[in-house]
Amino acid sequence: MNKDGVTFRLAKDRIFKGLVILFSFLSGIPLIIILYYITSKGISSINWDFIINLPKPVGEIGGGISNAIIGTLILVLVSCILAVPLGISAGIYLSETRKGKIAYVVRLCVEGLQGIPSIVIGIIAYAWVVVPMKTPSAISGSVALAIMMLPVIVRSTEETLKLMPNSLREASLALGVPYFRTILKVILPAGLSGIVTGILLSVARIAGETAPLLFTAFGGNFMNANIFKPMSSLPLLIFNYATSPYSELISFAWGASFVLAVLVLSLNIIAKLVAKKWKVQF
Amino acid sequence: MESPVLKIEDFCAFFGANQVLKNVSVEITRNKVTAVMGPSGCGKTTLIRCVNRMHELTPNAKVSGKMLLLNEDIYSINPIVVRRKIGMVFQRPNPFPTMSIYDNVISGYKLNGIKLNKSEQESIVEESLKKSGLWNEVKDSLHRKGTFLSGGQQQRLCIARALAMKPEIILLDEPTSALDPKASNHIEELITELEQYVTILIVTHNTAQAARISDFTAFMYLGELIEFGPTEKLFTVPEDKRTEEYLTGKFG
Repeated sequence: MNKDGVTFRLAKDRIFKGLVILFSFLSGIPLIIILYYITSKGISSINWDFIINLPKPVGEIGGGISNAIIGTLILVLVSCILAVPLGISAGIYLSETRKGKIAYVVRLCVEGLQGIPSIVIGIIAYAWVVVPMKTPSAISGSVALAIMMLPVIVRSTEETLKLMPNSLREASLALGVPYFRTILKVILPAGLSGIVTGILLSVARIAGETAPLLFTAFGGNFMNANIFKPMSSLPLLIFNYATSPYSELISFAWGASFVLAVLVLSLNIIAKLVAKKWKVQF
Repeated sequence: MESPVLKIEDFCAFFGANQVLKNVSVEITRNKVTAVMGPSGCGKTTLIRCVNRMHELTPNAKVSGKMLLLNEDIYSINPIVVRRKIGMVFQRPNPFPTMSIYDNVISGYKLNGIKLNKSEQESIVEESLKKSGLWNEVKDSLHRKGTFLSGGQQQRLCIARALAMKPEIILLDEPTSALDPKASNHIEELITELEQYVTILIVTHNTAQAARISDFTAFMYLGELIEFGPTEKLFTVPEDKRTEEYLTGKFG
């Protein structure tokens, strides 16, 4: 009787373990399927011309997506310039101020921001930037993307800095180093890997966003580096081409999807490497 | 007698409503080692953290009374200036993890934005590491990270970092409690050598250590300074009964 009980429990144990492993595999499968799909459909349109050329007018064969690649890079760069200083400052403030009303409200707002649908953020950027400027522009798209980046950067900065031991701060303060220098020259460098990882992950998150760009950056068929004019980006291009009736454009959309996926995945991998390589040992 | 480098008069410290130091008065003699001992929670760490105004980093901390560094009231000087004149070494070695050994030693200048030319820097680093007895061990690896050193070496690096600022006083807060016996010995020897350069105020819960290395000893209990005097006298013919009981292990 006793022995049977043990056998039964061991069997339950094995079933549980089997299920956990099975589900872990299942959760990995979507990514593999997506990558397979994108690669098999997109790789055929990938070549050097595809990367460096501009789109041709509809009806002509050939062309590329260089304007969208450059556009994505510019949009992301400008978003970083807007969001990184703000996000890091807020993260520093929150990690330094564990309690207090203002910190509580800021934390609440940042968490709330994370839950706002990206299309809503797009509309806000439209009302804030596009309407006063009377034209869609890259800068309005970057504003929308920057708002989406903020919560990720703030949270990762806050969490990273919270883990810094108090002894580190005391070591600096005891040398007569003023508070602001202690934060900027001792605490921030020690937490650099976590902060940079957070920034890279937030970039990976927004690089593929379409919704906030639909009525802000707007897209376009020409090469444009002026951030006050409409600008194309990979997700917009995919959206426009994939919904078009021309099979050639649809295969272009697959190719662009492949480029975008490679971009985002490499950002994720770089973020992991940074986190590992720059980690500070105490 | 030479005027004391640090004069503490009628000093009280509070954390909120909790009084942790009660009317402490003591004079610290220049270029001597003064040990502060007593049972846990007696306020000895608070006392030395008041000397370089580190304790006011704790919210709700308050003080009253006077502390004079060379006849200047510590509490009327900016704490940043006080801390450059009064160095501190903590219980656990805490070298800056992002910096090399060299940069750790010179960090007091670098982080404060004090410009030094290269030869000045090098001579400060070499001198400080020699004084802290670390030079021979690290002179070939000055540009490795300070955190690669052993615990005892890290603690001596922290002492070198404090010495580099050429302070009047160095405060040591139980500097050997996180170290193994051999490394502790090394630090103790170092402290007795250092008194020629700097005044040392050391907190310890180890009475034997206080007896071995200090010239003067203060015994604290429940926030009060019970007895203060030359170490030899305090350990052989203590005046207060509580000192005697503590030394003989009856409490604490």
